[in-house]
Amino acid sequence: MAGPANEVDGLGRCQGGKGLEFLQPTSLTEALELKAAHPGAVPLAGGTDLMVDLNFDRLRPEAMLDLTRIDELKQWWPHDDLIRLGAGVSYTRLVSEIGEYLPGLAIASRTIGSPQIRNRATVGGNLGTSSPAGDALPPLLAAGAEIEVASAGSSRRMPFRDFMIGPKKNALAPEELIVAVHIPKARGPQQFSKIGTRNAMVISVASFALAIDAGTRAISCAIGSAGPVILEAPEADEFIESSLEESGAWDARSRIDNSVLQRFGELVAQGARPITDVRGTKAYRQHALAVIAARTLTWAWDDYMASA
Amino acid sequence: MRRVSLTVNAVEHEAMVEPRQLLVYFLREQLGLTGTNVGCDTSTCGACTILLNGKSVKSCTVLAVQAEGTEVTTIEALAQDGDLHPLQQAFHETHALQCGYCTPGMIMAALDLITNNEDMDEDEIRTGLEGNLCRCTGYHNIVKAIQQASSEMRSFATK
Repeated sequence: MAGPANEVDGLGRCQGGKGLEFLQPTSLTEALELKAAHPGAVPLAGGTDLMVDLNFDRLRPEAMLDLTRIDELKQWWPHDDLIRLGAGVSYTRLVSEIGEYLPGLAIASRTIGSPQIRNRATVGGNLGTSSPAGDALPPLLAAGAEIEVASAGSSRRMPFRDFMIGPKKNALAPEELIVAVHIPKARGPQQFSKIGTRNAMVISVASFALAIDAGTRAISCAIGSAGPVILEAPEADEFIESSLEESGAWDARSRIDNSVLQRFGELVAQGARPITDVRGTKAYRQHALAVIAARTLTWAWDDYMASA
Repeated sequence: MRRVSLTVNAVEHEAMVEPRQLLVYFLREQLGLTGTNVGCDTSTCGACTILLNGKSVKSCTVLAVQAEGTEVTTIEALAQDGDLHPLQQAFHETHALQCGYCTPGMIMAALDLITNNEDMDEDEIRTGLEGNLCRCTGYHNIVKAIQQASSEMRSFATK
């Protein structure tokens, strides 16, 4: 009964005491049952976001649900024109095992954290955190990914744009867990770019993903870290699609005019809803987005031109 | 408290830990393996890098209870009978450290890199070390040390 609660050590770290219940299921069924019984339990995947909050005592959950022992979450397989990516596949594995099907997500994954982080961190974790700065998220939106979530006895799928609903807010119900992401295999070049204070171990100040569907001649953009959620840029999409159509560039595989690239960048910047915060000002984010959007489109279009 | 059993540097351990205990503090305080340093508590600096089932991870963002059943390798496992590991020897010879605080993490990250990548050029080594910060050396000699150790380890492996 007595005994110290949440004793804090000499370095200011809370080293437990009563209060934290640590749940370690070994199957998805067990995990969903535990989540139903403990809806307040905080799911723990790679821990690369959550553990920092815990170390700084910004978070003191009554229960944690460790998902790292569940093999079902670490699987991926192709089905139809999609890849079903288990929520617990690490970025290291994503890059080496499925990068060829999901080039945009793979490019973004290579920029996440550092090798040590990519060995632990997962797409499921990025989705669970639902930070606008989550680097895996813009490629998911650009590629038209769907999120599969489950609770004990039921599961549902929703488009990414319905999943993320605000900064660090998503449509997950308290008894639900993120199980997998269904991502269409690339039907053309995909690219990703981000701006930060250094190349590694950085939280993006602005990020941008782009997917070209060479079959339907469609281009989808997604903007990260410059709005409450990952944003689409439909005006930029429509502008570049019609410009390429009118100039005959799809068939000729010809370069995109600088004026078109510049206008595309402006439309992307206009589509953003950035704030000014510790990482950057609203004006800087808009400027950076215009630059990286034009650059990203150039890279992807170079890939398209090179593809026969 | 929860029971955790794991293998650290080829020795099996079983211990009671608080659920909130970080793996790095378990290693340092319960097992006395103080070679693994803590620099930032936010997985930014890489000083706490260890191998978990052969892969480099930052042990300040792993809970000890999550290491149940795993194989952990720390810097203490590298030297054998007083002989430095080729990486340690190369860091020594090329003057790849000044204060030394980042060195255990650098070496463990480099060990994963060398094990999983053949013939890395300088750029690949620098990219591979993106998760490890050194505030003294400017990285130049660290890269040299890893190049030297890498070729030594390869030639040893093929002998």
